[in-house]
Amino acid sequence: MTRTVIVGGSVGGVKAAQALRSGDFDGEIVIVEQEHLAYPYDKPPLSKAHLVSDTGTDGVPLVSEDELSALGVTWRSGTAASGLEIASKEIVLADGERISYDDLIIATGARARPSPWGDGPRIHLLRTSADAARLRAVLHATRRLVVVGGGFIGAEVAATARSIGAEVTIVDPLPAPMSRALNEEIGQIFADKHAAEGVKMLFATGVEGIEDDGTRALVSLSNGERIEADAVLVGIGAVVNTEWLEDSGLVIDNGVVTDDHLRAVGADDIHVIGDVCRWQHSDGTGSTRLEHWTSAADQARLVAHNVLSPENARSYDPVEYVWSDQYDWRIQIVGRTGVTDSQLLGDPADDRFAVAYSEDGVHLTGAVVVNWPRALISARRAVQNHENAAEFRASLERMLAVPVASAL
Amino acid sequence: MTVVVKADFAACQGYANCVVGASDYFDIDDDGIVVLLKTDVPESEIQRVKDAAHSCPVSALKVVEE
Repeated sequence: MTRTVIVGGSVGGVKAAQALRSGDFDGEIVIVEQEHLAYPYDKPPLSKAHLVSDTGTDGVPLVSEDELSALGVTWRSGTAASGLEIASKEIVLADGERISYDDLIIATGARARPSPWGDGPRIHLLRTSADAARLRAVLHATRRLVVVGGGFIGAEVAATARSIGAEVTIVDPLPAPMSRALNEEIGQIFADKHAAEGVKMLFATGVEGIEDDGTRALVSLSNGERIEADAVLVGIGAVVNTEWLEDSGLVIDNGVVTDDHLRAVGADDIHVIGDVCRWQHSDGTGSTRLEHWTSAADQARLVAHNVLSPENARSYDPVEYVWSDQYDWRIQIVGRTGVTDSQLLGDPADDRFAVAYSEDGVHLTGAVVVNWPRALISARRAVQNHENAAEFRASLERMLAVPVASAL
Repeated sequence: MTVVVKADFAACQGYANCVVGASDYFDIDDDGIVVLLKTDVPESEIQRVKDAAHSCPVSALKVVEE
C-alpha cells in the first residue's frame, strides 16, 4: 500500500488529508504533528473571540477525533520531525523513529518571531493554542496591555482586549496598522477605527527594551518614553519552520522552494504547502510565500490532486484571501493590496466600505471589503477574472446607491 | 442513496470560499450568510462540491449521504 506522510497537522496538513480522501486516495495517510494534541485545531480564532470566550482553553478543532479516524489518518502528535532523507524516502522523528513515504507533504508552517526583548513573565507571543491559553489566563485581569506590532495579530488582539475593557496601546515602527499589507493611506482608516474604539496608538515608534520590575513590565520606546504594562503582546511576524530540513538537500530560502506545482525543487515526490511554501511562479516572475489560511487550504487541495494525478499536475496560481475581525468590522482582503493605487468606495463612518487596488492602473488586482458581503463576492470574482478596475468600482457605486434593507 | 450538501447557517461567517469553489451551489446573501442554490449533488460533482465545502473556514458545510 502506498503511504503519504504529511508533516504538520495544522490547516494545510489536515486539508491535504481530507482532499486526498475525497479524491479516493486509498493508501495510508500519516500526519506528524510536533504539538501534543488529541485533534488538530484551527489557528485564526486564537487571536479573535476565542481569546476571551468561555468555551475552554483548547483550540477550536479543525476536525474532531471522530472525523480524523473516519478519514483513516494515523495522527502522530507530540513528536517533531527532525530530518528528511530524500534518497531513502524517509523522514526521521525527534525520537529516532523513521517513517518511509511514497509522497511527502511538508506543512510545517511558521512560528511566532521570538521577542527580541526577552521572554519575561509578562511578555506574550501568540501562535499556538498554548500561547493563547497563557494570554487568556491573564487577559481579564490585565488593565494595561501593550501590543508591539500593528499587523493583523496585533490589531486583532488589541480589538479583542478592548472588548473586555483593557487599556490598550499599540506600538509599531510603521506609520499605520496593517500598512504593509494595505498601504499607508488605507492603514490610516484602520488606525482611525482603533482610535475611535479607545486604543492608544504609537506608530512610527520603535521598542528599545522591555524590563520587568516584579509588578509590571516597562516598555522603553524610541521616542524616549517608557510605558507601563500588565501584559505585553509581541506580534512581530513569523519565522518558517525549516530547520529540520537543513541537511536534506532541499532548497531553503525563507521557506522551502518549489516549482509552480508546489513540488520541492529537485524532488517531485515532495510537496510543500502553507506558510513554509515558497513557490516559483510559472511565468518566471519570482517566488512568493503566503501566510494565509485560505492559501494553505487551496494549496492542500492542489497537492492532493498532484499526488493522485502526477501526470496531470496542476500549477498554483492563487487569488489571495485573508479575513480579520476587529471590533464590529469584518475585514476581508482579496488579491494583492499593497500598492498605492487604491480607491475608497463607501464611507468607513457607515461601517461598510471597500477599497479597490490596481497594480497596473487598469485591472482590479486586489480589494479590501468591510462588512459588505455582496462587494466581497464581486471582488473575489473580479480579481479572479482580471476584470477592469473602473467597472468594478462602478458596480460597487451602483450597490451603494441602493439603500440597504433594514436588518429589522 | 442521494448525496446532499448541508449548511450550518448559524456557523456561517460569510467568508465566501464556497462560492469561489462552486458558485453553482453556493451564494452569499446581503447579511453575509450562505445560500444553497441546490442541495442534491450528482456523483460526477461530489469531489468538486466536497472540496468547496472543505474550504469553509468554519466548517459550516457538509456533503453527506442520505
